[in-house]
Amino acid sequence: MSLQATTKANKVDRLAELTAQSETSAGVSLWREAYRRLKRSKMAIIGLVIIALFVLVAVVGPWVAPHSPSAQLWRGEVFPNKGLFVGPRAGNWFGLDNLGRDEFSRVIVGARQTLLVGVISMLIGLVIGAAVGALSGAAATLGGKVGQRVDTVIMRFTDIMLALPSLLLAVSIAAVMGQSLTTVMVAVGVVQIPTFARLLRGSMLAQGGSDYVLAAKALGVRKRRIALTQIMPNSLSPVIVQATLSLATAIIEAAALSYLGLGNPDPSVPEWGVMLAQAQRFFDNAPMMSVYPAVGIIITALGFTLLGEAMREALDPKLRG
Amino acid sequence: MLRLVVRRLLQLIPTLLGLSILLFIWLNRLPGGPASAILGERATAADVARINRALGLDQPIYVQYGRFIKRLLELDLGTSVQTGQPVWDEFVLRFPATVELSVAAMIIAILVGIPLGYLAARRRGGWLDVASVSGSLIGICVPVFFLALLLKGIFAVNLGMFPSYGRLSTGLDATHVTGFAVLDGLLTGELDASGDALMHLVLPAVTLSSIPLAIIVRMTRASVLEVVGEDYIRTAESKGLEQKTVRGRHILRNALLPVVTAIGLLTGGLLSGAVLTESVFAFGGIGSFIRTAIDARDYPVLVGFILFIAMVYVLINLLVDLAYSVIDPRVRVH
Repeated sequence: MSLQATTKANKVDRLAELTAQSETSAGVSLWREAYRRLKRSKMAIIGLVIIALFVLVAVVGPWVAPHSPSAQLWRGEVFPNKGLFVGPRAGNWFGLDNLGRDEFSRVIVGARQTLLVGVISMLIGLVIGAAVGALSGAAATLGGKVGQRVDTVIMRFTDIMLALPSLLLAVSIAAVMGQSLTTVMVAVGVVQIPTFARLLRGSMLAQGGSDYVLAAKALGVRKRRIALTQIMPNSLSPVIVQATLSLATAIIEAAALSYLGLGNPDPSVPEWGVMLAQAQRFFDNAPMMSVYPAVGIIITALGFTLLGEAMREALDPKLRG
Repeated sequence: MLRLVVRRLLQLIPTLLGLSILLFIWLNRLPGGPASAILGERATAADVARINRALGLDQPIYVQYGRFIKRLLELDLGTSVQTGQPVWDEFVLRFPATVELSVAAMIIAILVGIPLGYLAARRRGGWLDVASVSGSLIGICVPVFFLALLLKGIFAVNLGMFPSYGRLSTGLDATHVTGFAVLDGLLTGELDASGDALMHLVLPAVTLSSIPLAIIVRMTRASVLEVVGEDYIRTAESKGLEQKTVRGRHILRNALLPVVTAIGLLTGGLLSGAVLTESVFAFGGIGSFIRTAIDARDYPVLVGFILFIAMVYVLINLLVDLAYSVIDPRVRVH
């Protein structure tokens, strides 16, 4: 055997070794280290506590609420036309809303719908966005000339979506779909697609030049396998961070859409965004009616933002070591 | 520089073309199509057919699209269902108010955000740092329209420090020159009108600046922290350069690069925020108009606005790229 052939074989072995390492240890250790740093982060702890409380309320809300959120039990005591509202009192801790319903119960029960709006919108954006981004990223890194074309076309398309103010895009979608909570969720979700797509693509491009991808290519691993088992898993961390942050923006944007009159007009099941949108008409006489759902939205969004930011810091390779 | 501008303007074409296709599809997907958008939901079938013929909707789709594009190129955005006036004229009339509000908000965000972010980074862990970081985290979590209501309720309705709606007090007869109320007053020497317009601008602008401010503070802080750790800062300091020079030319100039990009990207969000803010303060710009257009299902206005905004957005990003080449010699095109 010639010397050349031996060194070539050695090289392949060495590359295979590197690939194996990246498959077994490197990916795990990044996450493990990120987790360790996350546990030490005050921001992450506060965020997690807020999220845990929110999820707890969302789950048990309907059972612990003192009154029905939809029954107008004290209808005769509230006169919005005359500016007469009922503030906090013994039986109704947050007072009554404009239809004589217990505000505290509505806030408690509303958590579930709010969580649902946030999670479903985020999932719509994440799933479609990640699929588009993965396609684009894989095409760009492994697809050769044709792949790069495909990537360019897809990215131009996301550029167009990004060029539109998200609220307007959502409004346009809502105009086609009509007025409902589903509309709000779809609209908010679609708006997030380009963000997720760009993020995953960018991250995959960054990974595409790594040694382990080169190694896998050299070993003759099939392209689809490289994309799915090597590049993708290593590119997911920014997407996961974004998903967490998106939960916050989804809840806020859903509230804005409700304010613009695109949410469900008055659902029997309360939702914070809709409650806030409804209450703002009475802001001058009953400001607290707006403040309760708003504070709920702000604190929840803050929880997801804190956790997301802490995760971003924990996963940032620049801050490692 | 000129080549960069031309290249970027050429890149605009596919983007706008793609957008026009999307909008065209959207218009055709609207419930009932354009005919019922014009006639309302209670139109009879005969009326719909008549309108469809009049609009050329019985022709092949590519002919329709061609016409759509031709009208756009002639700046013919159709007629507003609400006012019966051409959409383009309505925009030109209202655009200055929105620009005035957005620019004021951006000025607040930049003038407060960059120094605050810088100081927070330089005194990392101090009270200012903690306050501005937590402040900016909360800032992005407050729904804009709620902040608008809150500020209006406290400073306009309860304390009476600022007017609660509009751009000028009623009874004040100001001359219109540019449409920018504050600037008009200065140009014509009607200082009372200018001052009055400024007072009207404060609350909406502060509201609208909340999110860009929060983002600029955080970006500046992160960016300064990164730059301060660089070798060239240590070199600059150890070769005995004055603190002022190091701060201005070495730290700030490098740290501001990502911030400038972010400012460009924030414009889209700013316009979304303007729709919400203007409607709370009845500010009379494009935002308020869009708010009522949404309620009235005024589709020509919505389509026009989306195209309009996309163009503004792309142009602003062009400006950002140019600003970039001024700040960062590495990306300068020769």
